[in-house]
Amino acid sequence: MLEGLANGLRWLGKRVNDRVWRLGFASRFLLMTLVYSGTALRRFFLTIREIYFTGVLSLIIILVSGLFVGMVLGLQGYDTLQRYGSSEALGVLVALSLVRELGPVVAALLFASRAGSAITAEIGLMKATEQLSAMEMMAVNPIARVVAPRFWAGVISMPLLAGLFSAMGVLGGYLVGVRLIGVDEGSFWSQMQASVDFSEDILNGVIKSFVFGIIVSWIAVFEGYDAEPTAEGVSGATTRTVVTSSLAILAADFILTAFMFRGT
Amino acid sequence: MTIPRGKVVAIMGISGGGKTTTLRLIGGQVRASSGTVLVDGQDVAGLQGKALYDLRRRMGMLFQFGALFTDMSVYDNVAFQMREHTDLPADLIHDLVMMKLHAVGLRGVADLMPSELSGGMARRVALARAVALDPMLIMYDEPFAGLDPISLSIIGELIRALNDALGASSIIVTHDVQESLKIVDYIYIVSGGRIVAEGTADDIRQSTAEYVHQFVWGEADGPVAFHYPASPYRDEIHAVAGHA
Repeated sequence: MLEGLANGLRWLGKRVNDRVWRLGFASRFLLMTLVYSGTALRRFFLTIREIYFTGVLSLIIILVSGLFVGMVLGLQGYDTLQRYGSSEALGVLVALSLVRELGPVVAALLFASRAGSAITAEIGLMKATEQLSAMEMMAVNPIARVVAPRFWAGVISMPLLAGLFSAMGVLGGYLVGVRLIGVDEGSFWSQMQASVDFSEDILNGVIKSFVFGIIVSWIAVFEGYDAEPTAEGVSGATTRTVVTSSLAILAADFILTAFMFRGT
Repeated sequence: MTIPRGKVVAIMGISGGGKTTTLRLIGGQVRASSGTVLVDGQDVAGLQGKALYDLRRRMGMLFQFGALFTDMSVYDNVAFQMREHTDLPADLIHDLVMMKLHAVGLRGVADLMPSELSGGMARRVALARAVALDPMLIMYDEPFAGLDPISLSIIGELIRALNDALGASSIIVTHDVQESLKIVDYIYIVSGGRIVAEGTADDIRQSTAEYVHQFVWGEADGPVAFHYPASPYRDEIHAVAGHA
């Protein structure tokens, strides 16, 4: 029995040790990405090209999801608010839910699934087919040429996508609340305008999505670069990107929310 | 092991013998745990960052399956190094790319993507890319693997012709004996990380050393065992019968 316990502790210790080493490696990788970001920023067309692949091509899923989330918020919000006779506050509820929470968080989760996984798979396959080694042998740093433009494209795209998600959500809430159910249009917009604060609500939402953009892009490029150069390795790395990013987004959201909105 | 200037040298041996690792040591992708690798008088292991990249700019490497950038056209693949390392105007880069593609007979595929090329064509495009900046040293990692006989012969002739035209030195890592013996000046045969034989093509053909004979003539019997080390076959069979 004692031996079983010791083996269990050894296994746990090794797992924790491996995770700490990997986190250290990932942190060093992020530092290298930032150090070698000169090329991505100087030759900005490289980053713009990646913004197209990660940001523009994610638009459909972001816009459609935003619209439906807003429509559901409209239905659920009206159902709850009308019990207290304050259904005119539907616009405030929809807008605050979206710009503070759902916009940044859901957009980041969708971004991790759509673009993060694609970045990991692309870099992992470039590694498996020796394209990164070929680049190194051509005296071109793959972190500067491949990783940094994708990282910055993700960081830049994320707040823009979250903003569009929230805008579509507000539109969805309007369509259901005002057009379908019949909430007063003037109250819907005027209460929203009066209650949503730029720095308290919108700016904090933008900060959140910016932080989520860094987290997702960092995990995606790292998992791709660190992937085993086999079909199974790339597949595992892609899955890890989605799972790790999603958990990291939710954990970071809690921490950021605790700092930003303290009910004062 | 010495690679003289202007010569084409082959490093041969069975898979897992350390051939590709030798190329990685020369390119500085792997650091030697012992010994020294000198390229043009510079100790590769002692080079870091910019100095290592400066040396690599004077090398070209053909990877086993080409390693073409799949998100770029053939033209952009060959132009890649020129755009990264020079300030040449676009029209001059165009002329240089076309010269390189013409040299490998593939000027007509400049606008195609790598996925639209056959294996042999991809290897030739990769060859054009490897010599894009007229390197002093060209390394080939299994250039003949998986090619049909015509492509194989074309690649072999191109390796020789490009080496002589550029005045470069070439290292071919391969286990394709017959094709290599036709084009190389000197051969090293390695096994288990050691040189077990060396000489010209004729020396190797006429060698009576057991390992060389088995390797060159592809015989099953010899010092290289067919079976990977394992427990006695009889024990294995009995163990399975016991389980059943």
